[in-house]
Amino acid sequence: MKSTEVDFFKTIEIAEVLNGVPHGVAILDRELRIVEMNSFLELLTGFTTADAKGVYADFILRTNIDNHGKQFCELLETGEFLSVAGDIITQRHKKIPIHFTVSPLNDESGQAVGLFMFLEDISLLQSFDKKRHSLEGVKDILGHSPKMLEMFELMPVLAHTDASVLITGETGTGKDMIAEAIHKASKRSRHPFIKVNCGALPEALLESELFGHARGAFTGAVKDKPGLFRLAHDGTIFLTEIGDLPLTLQVKLLSVLDDKEFFPVGGEKKVKVNVRIIAATHRSLRELVKRGEFREDLFYRLNVLRLHLPALREREGDIRLLLDYFLREFSGNLNKSIQGYSKNAIDILTAYHYPGNVRELRNIAEYAANIRVRILMSRKENLLQAVAVGVRLKKR
Amino acid sequence: MKVLITIRQHNVAPRFDATSEVLIALCEKKQVVGKPRTILMNRPSSEELCALIIKEDINIVICGGIEDSHLQYLVWKKIKVIDSVIGPYNEALRASNNGFLYSGTILPGAKQEGMTT
Repeated sequence: MKSTEVDFFKTIEIAEVLNGVPHGVAILDRELRIVEMNSFLELLTGFTTADAKGVYADFILRTNIDNHGKQFCELLETGEFLSVAGDIITQRHKKIPIHFTVSPLNDESGQAVGLFMFLEDISLLQSFDKKRHSLEGVKDILGHSPKMLEMFELMPVLAHTDASVLITGETGTGKDMIAEAIHKASKRSRHPFIKVNCGALPEALLESELFGHARGAFTGAVKDKPGLFRLAHDGTIFLTEIGDLPLTLQVKLLSVLDDKEFFPVGGEKKVKVNVRIIAATHRSLRELVKRGEFREDLFYRLNVLRLHLPALREREGDIRLLLDYFLREFSGNLNKSIQGYSKNAIDILTAYHYPGNVRELRNIAEYAANIRVRILMSRKENLLQAVAVGVRLKKR
Repeated sequence: MKVLITIRQHNVAPRFDATSEVLIALCEKKQVVGKPRTILMNRPSSEELCALIIKEDINIVICGGIEDSHLQYLVWKKIKVIDSVIGPYNEALRASNNGFLYSGTILPGAKQEGMTT
């Protein structure tokens, strides 16, 4: 170091530098006593640097991360750094979640002379994360009928376990949305959510899609394919229309559920995966089991947690809510000013039994938003046209 | 008057919720009467510690950092809590008996050599 540089550094007060850091900073000696604290940490802990100097750091910081100083002593010995989340308790009796980064401070000879502690207040981050986890998944699912409220209550419970979930319900009730919402609210939310329609592909192709294949396993297999199970590692795989899964693949799926490992098609090495399975079907698996079309053991394996989605006709009051929501959404997308439904249209629409459930209702609303012509139709005409009658246009 | 101090080795434990040992002393006329006894907790738990304080009919609790909910509970139960105390527990007990111990006190012994964990 040049002499001018040395002079420069001599003029800088270390405390002033630390005070410029917008997070808590502490410097500890080899005995793990406080040598220096910045003003941010003073505010955080409620102790002044003058009072804290010379006191064992754990008594000032009151963290939950250091087990009687053992961990910090190890850092001094090994020269490694520690990055861990924990909390502190302040003098104002608040428990604040903190991300701690602790690294050794070395002298010119490389000898550790103390520790540098960086304390980042992550309470805001955690509250956002909690909100995101709790709301993101369900924000798109509408309903205030008792059956839906029951389901909303059950969803966090399903999200916080790792057990398999079987979602049942008629077509168009929103099984896919619920599965994704459970994934998003779970601890696996940062990992992939992969949806597979078991009824969409022929058996041979489905096996290769799900479990992957080795190069040369069959004609056209020119390279290794990881398969959707491997892609969903640490995340969730959503098997929709599980009732359509061929019997041979049911055996393989059962072994994956039991052992969490499988052989890719034509592969010699077992692949281990950590995947949560959510399955859905609009068919009665119990009936399929009776008819011998679905394996009983797989049924019980999947049926750990069961969620039955109510049909739209069973959701009192939700039809009106959804009609308004979808009409507003589509009219917004189309940049049209639509006031709403006429009384006549509402009467027809709320009395309708919706065999296609929310999907059908959504299509009706989309049709209504698109067709703006007021034409008188009788009730005998098909429902979609009747809706078009009911949509009143705002006069510009 | 019964005093309970949350302890870690020779010091007041830094956190109420992480306390695994407590000292209970009977004090009269600024003096400790008899030999204080120590109790080892099954596991560190604020709730279990509060239950012990109530069960033992404690008048004064001397501790380190304590969360507001537990502090309010003890205050509601008419227990005097002197929190955020740093230093050797015998010094804390002496200061308490002499009426000189306040919340946030860093006792002189806290900065002495060898006063670590």
